[in-house]
Amino acid sequence: MAGKTLYDKLWDSHVVREEDDGTALLYIDRHLVHEVTSPQAFEGLRLAGRDVWNRDSVLAVPDHNVPTTNRDAGISDPVAKIQIETLDRNCRDFGLTEFTMDDIRQGIVHVIGPEQGATLPGMTVVCGDSHTSTHGAFGALAHGIGTSEVEHVLATQCLLQKKMKNMLISVDGQVGPGVTAKDIVLAIIAEIGTAGGTGCAIEFGGDAIRALSMEGRMTVCNMAIEAGARAGMVAVDQTTIDYLEGRPWAPKREMWERAVVQWRDLVSDPDAEFDKIVRIDAAAIEPQVTWGTSPEMVLPVSASIPDPERESDPVRADGIRRALDYMGLEPGQAIAEIAVDKVFIGSCTNSRIEDLRAAAEVAKGRKVADSVKLAMVVPGSGLVKRQAEEEGLDRIFREAGFEWRDPGCSMCLAMNADRLEPGERCASTSNRNFEGRQGQGGRTHLVSPAMAAAAAVTGHFVDVRELAR
Amino acid sequence: MQPFSRFTGLVIPLDRANVDTDAIIPKQYLKSIKRTGFGPNLFDDWRYLDPGEPGMDHGKRRPNPDFVLNRPEYQGGEILLGRENFGCGSSREHAVWALTDYGIRAVIAPSFADIFFNNSFKNGLLPIVLAEDEIDTLFERANRGDGFKLEVDLEAQEVRSDDAIYHFEIDPFRKYCLLEGLDDIALTLQHADEIRAYEARRKVEAPWLFTHP
Repeated sequence: MAGKTLYDKLWDSHVVREEDDGTALLYIDRHLVHEVTSPQAFEGLRLAGRDVWNRDSVLAVPDHNVPTTNRDAGISDPVAKIQIETLDRNCRDFGLTEFTMDDIRQGIVHVIGPEQGATLPGMTVVCGDSHTSTHGAFGALAHGIGTSEVEHVLATQCLLQKKMKNMLISVDGQVGPGVTAKDIVLAIIAEIGTAGGTGCAIEFGGDAIRALSMEGRMTVCNMAIEAGARAGMVAVDQTTIDYLEGRPWAPKREMWERAVVQWRDLVSDPDAEFDKIVRIDAAAIEPQVTWGTSPEMVLPVSASIPDPERESDPVRADGIRRALDYMGLEPGQAIAEIAVDKVFIGSCTNSRIEDLRAAAEVAKGRKVADSVKLAMVVPGSGLVKRQAEEEGLDRIFREAGFEWRDPGCSMCLAMNADRLEPGERCASTSNRNFEGRQGQGGRTHLVSPAMAAAAAVTGHFVDVRELAR
Repeated sequence: MQPFSRFTGLVIPLDRANVDTDAIIPKQYLKSIKRTGFGPNLFDDWRYLDPGEPGMDHGKRRPNPDFVLNRPEYQGGEILLGRENFGCGSSREHAVWALTDYGIRAVIAPSFADIFFNNSFKNGLLPIVLAEDEIDTLFERANRGDGFKLEVDLEAQEVRSDDAIYHFEIDPFRKYCLLEGLDDIALTLQHADEIRAYEARRKVEAPWLFTHP
C-alpha cells in the first residue's frame, strides 16, 4: 500500500464518522471568526436555541471593517460600526475569546492566528474567509468556509466534507535574489491557472519552499485559493517548530516535547501518491506583476501586455479584451512603463514583519515619487506594528513618504475608508486583482512587498533587482 | 430550508469566465448583519452606472442598459447560465444570498469554484455542471433573447429544453438534503455521541489541541 500524503494524514486523524458515499464528519480544532461572515451564523444559533460546542476552539477578531487611522475616535461608518459591535456582543454572549479593536493583539485574522500560536501543526483550522488556506503553512489542514458552515462548526465542532484530491506543487531549486514567496506563488498561478487546484488540497514542496521562512510559506499558502484550491499546505520541519516555540497558545514544557514528536511526522511519506504533480523551476522565476483582473493574468516584470488577437480560445480572448479595457492597458505595452497612482503594502498575504522589512529595505533613503498620490503600509497586527517600530521600520517608511497605519484588512478589499477611486492604478501586495476589489473602477496590480516599494519610489513598475544596493 | 422542487425558468446568459464573488456582491454590502436584502445589489458594479452604497434607494440609480440583468427580455429569469470557474474568490456566502434574493434558483456552468459550490447547497441554490459544448449550445439559445426556458428536474438530474435533455451529476447526499430541505446542523447533531467520543480520544492523543491560554 502506498504511503500517506500530509493531507491524507491530516484528514484521517480528523474523521469522526464517514458515510458509504465518502461524506465525512470532520472534526475542527480551531475556528477563527471575524465580523463579516459571522453575524448571520450567531443569529442562526440564537434562533435554533443552540450553544457553541467548544468555546475554547474559537478565536475572534474584527479586521475587515476596522479603520486604519485615528482609531481612538472610533468607527465613523455607522454600518461597519454595527457589524463590529455585533461581533463584540456575540463573543460576550457566547463566552468566546476576542481580540477587540483596542487590543494590541488585534490584526488580520490570518496574521494573528499563527502569531499567537493558535494555529498549530496537525490541526484542522477553519474561518469564514477564503484565505484561511494561509494556516496550512504549519502542516495544518486549513480552509475557508461560508457562513452556513461557520454556524455548523460553532454548533457541532464539525464540518460535512468529502475528501479532496492530493496535488503536489514542487518548486525545485532556489529562487534568485530579489525573488520572494509572492513571486513564487504568482508564478505557480500563472502555470496552473485560477482553477488549476479546484477540488484539490495542494501541498507545496521542493527546495525553494523549504528555504522559505514561515512568513514566506504563509504567503504561498494564502494564495492557494487563488489557484482554486481551498487548502494549501507545507510539511512540518525545524523552521515550523522554531517559529512556534514560546508563542502564547502553543503547548509548553512536557506537552511541547510530546507535540513536537508528533508534528515531525506531519510530512508526506516518501512513497505517497499524488493525484497531480506540478514541478516548477525556481531559478526561472522573475519578480511578477499581474496585468489583468484575475490572478492568473500575471507576467514577469520584464514582459509586455499580451495581445488578445493572439489568443486562440475565444472565451479567453474575450477575457483578455475585457481585462485590458478595465485596466486601461494596451497590448504590447511594457509592464515596466506602467505608472501607478497608489501603493498598498499590507493584507493577509503580505503584512508580516518579513514583508515590512523587505519593503523598508527598498524604501530606505529613497522618496515616494511625486506622481504617487498615496503609499501606505498597513501592518498585519498590532504586534507586527510594534515590532516594526522597534526595528525602526516605521521611521524609514515615514521618511520616504509612506503613511504608517493601524492593522486591518484595509485596501485589500476596501471595506473601510481605504480604497481606490475609479481609474486609479495601484501596486498592491494583496491577493486579488478582481474588478472593483479595491474600490469601484480601481485597477489593481498584485506584486511582492519589495516590488510595491520599488513602484512607490520610482512611480512605475520596475524590476526591484535593478534597485538593489 | 425549502425543499427544492422541479421548476421551469427563464435563462439569463452571463457570458464571461471567472465570475468572482466580488463581482456577484461587492464588499460594501457585506457590512449587513442579515441574510436577506442583497438582491438589488447582485452584480452591482456591472448592473448600475453610478456607484452604490448600502442604504441607497437602488431603484433610483442609473441601470446599465447593456448588462444582461437589465435587458427586458431577461426579466424574471430564475436560471443563470455562466462560464468556467463561476463563483471564484472569497468565501462570502452573501454571493449566494444575493443570487437567491434576486430570484435565481439554479446556476448552470461548466465548472464552479469549490467554496461557492458548497455554499450554494446550504441555501437551496442548485449549481449544475454541464459539459462545455452543452453550455455553448445553451448560450447560443439563450443569447437570442426570445424567452428561452429550461426545466430543472433535480430528482431526475436533468435539465430539459423543448428539444433536448441534459443530464447532470450530483452528490447523492447533497441531492437528498436539497430535495428534503434538510438542516445540516440537525443531521450532524444526531451524531453528537460520536463527536464526544472522538474528542475524548483526541484529548488523550493530542491534549495541546484543547488547551486555551
